[in-house]
Amino acid sequence: MTDHSSAAPTDEKSDRQAATLEFRGATKRYEGQTDPAVDELSLEVPAGEICVLVGPSGCGKTTAMRLVNRMIDLTSGDILLDGRSVTERKPAELRREIGYAIQQIGLFPHLTIADNIATVPRLLGWDKERISARVDELLELVSLDPSETRERYPGQLSGGQRQRVGVARALAVDPPLMLMDEPFGAIDPINRERLQNEFLRLQQEIRKTIVFVTHDIDEAIKIGDKIAILQKGGKLAQFATPAELLMYPESKFVEDFVGSDRALKRLALQRVRDIDLWKAAKVRVGEPAAEARAKIADSDLPMALLVDDGERPLGWLSDRAFHGERVERDIRSPAEPTVELDDILRDALADLLTSETRYGPVVDGRGRVAGVLSLEVIGGFLNEAPVEARSGVELVEEP
Amino acid sequence: MTFDLIAQVEVRDRSGAGCVAENGFCPDWIADNYDRYVDPFFEHVLLTVVPVGIGFAIAFTLALLAHRRQWLVGPITGVTGALYTIPSVAFFFLLQPLTGLGNTTAIVALTCYTLLIIFRNVITGLRSVPAEAKDAARGMGLTDRQLLWRVELPLAVPEILAGLRIATTTTVGLAALAFLAGAGGLGAELDRLPSFKSNVVVAGGLAVLLAAILDLMILTLQRLVTPWQRASA
Repeated sequence: MTDHSSAAPTDEKSDRQAATLEFRGATKRYEGQTDPAVDELSLEVPAGEICVLVGPSGCGKTTAMRLVNRMIDLTSGDILLDGRSVTERKPAELRREIGYAIQQIGLFPHLTIADNIATVPRLLGWDKERISARVDELLELVSLDPSETRERYPGQLSGGQRQRVGVARALAVDPPLMLMDEPFGAIDPINRERLQNEFLRLQQEIRKTIVFVTHDIDEAIKIGDKIAILQKGGKLAQFATPAELLMYPESKFVEDFVGSDRALKRLALQRVRDIDLWKAAKVRVGEPAAEARAKIADSDLPMALLVDDGERPLGWLSDRAFHGERVERDIRSPAEPTVELDDILRDALADLLTSETRYGPVVDGRGRVAGVLSLEVIGGFLNEAPVEARSGVELVEEP
Repeated sequence: MTFDLIAQVEVRDRSGAGCVAENGFCPDWIADNYDRYVDPFFEHVLLTVVPVGIGFAIAFTLALLAHRRQWLVGPITGVTGALYTIPSVAFFFLLQPLTGLGNTTAIVALTCYTLLIIFRNVITGLRSVPAEAKDAARGMGLTDRQLLWRVELPLAVPEILAGLRIATTTTVGLAALAFLAGAGGLGAELDRLPSFKSNVVVAGGLAVLLAAILDLMILTLQRLVTPWQRASA
């Protein structure tokens, strides 16, 4: 009996990784209200992707999310989870398969952290050893020390720690779909940023299908693979990748909602390695001056960058360095700022703006010069069409 | 019976000098006579614990009903509130045609007095459960019944037990009047020699002690079952 109940869910695990989710004309209308709360919402979320529902308050984003696990019932239309209508399912059973994390977290104050996390596993009748092992695994997954945290009560944790426990609890039975309603909304900006990064790193590991509700467009752009912008009356204004949304807002509403700093936001989505850099003339001391001049002619800027034997940048050479037969060490200005290929473009731009030169060598992971980044390069990039949309997940990826 | 007692008092008076005769506070007399209070004390325990137990069962059930159907809260509060306002002396006499003289009458009346307090505290406790905890519980797939027993009631325990404490101490006090309904208890003992200080002090003191002990017991129970309330960062 015990063996059976503990074995069954493990077998399912392979196909529990992530589910597809489809809204098909999903509509919620409350009696006595002229406007629907959610109006004919249709969109598809592929398995393993984060779909952010974003919009001003009263746009129906939370209602739309709660339609999925039937916390609110549809008036018309349908929502399909892995091709199966949620309306066919018993609400309580359906909800046990869907992770649920909300802004107020809603940890049970009378239960220890371990018992909080064990809520759904207990409902599903897992045995003790399995639950205990899973609790430890989840606490580690959300960067909390199991031995220190397990037996504490929610009241003994900080806001950020509670938020992590909330996420761990939502992940307890490895649900194929997660619903998250402003999970970082009540956290201070510094910790929110950290939790967002952790969350994206976590998502790389678990690859769940996630519906993420927020009112913060910056969070949406950072977190979402796809963003659904909703406007008052529960209408879908645009459903697109972050880059598409920033580049081609389909309406005045979206344009306003995304904000007038759209260009800067696009820079936050891209890394230095994603754009075409200027070619640099890399020159070593003692190299024939004629060769060095040829390199300069072949490069995108009229000066040479002195590098060492490891191709690390030493500084920009002055004209006098080429007066002799061989290149001499005569540095006009230091090789600053130095930018890395993995830097976020917006941060690199900030570095350039605060330096005098407005351009700087770009180095790879080993410190070797890979090219030169300048304000012109960034300007040119912003005028191009979006290359390929990068998701937030890829952005936090460490080299 | 009363005559016996006075006779005894007078017999013992040889050692207690004039103290007993003057209805004073006589430690010697108390030391010699404490055993006469044992039975009334346990009767008093019974007259407290039984009504509170029955009252809790009734009020708790009513509260759970009203929790599902909120419109019931008003009517139930009204009825139990009306019972609560009946003067106890009148209540004991009013019940006598129905239940006669004795413990039954006392227990029925005392039970009625506990209903309002316990009912209101259970309802308050259930209402004080954080909305987000309930939302999270439902969102994770707890049924209404699981929500009630695993989340709402445990979180309402402090409020419920607070109600139980008030009901218990109140009942200890009211049970002292139960002799009017023909029941025993410390009240009957008080009534027997109301002007004898030693008697009044011992019988009254035991009632106060009983209230304190029961109160402490419930408080201890509360601390045992709500460890999360004491845990702080």
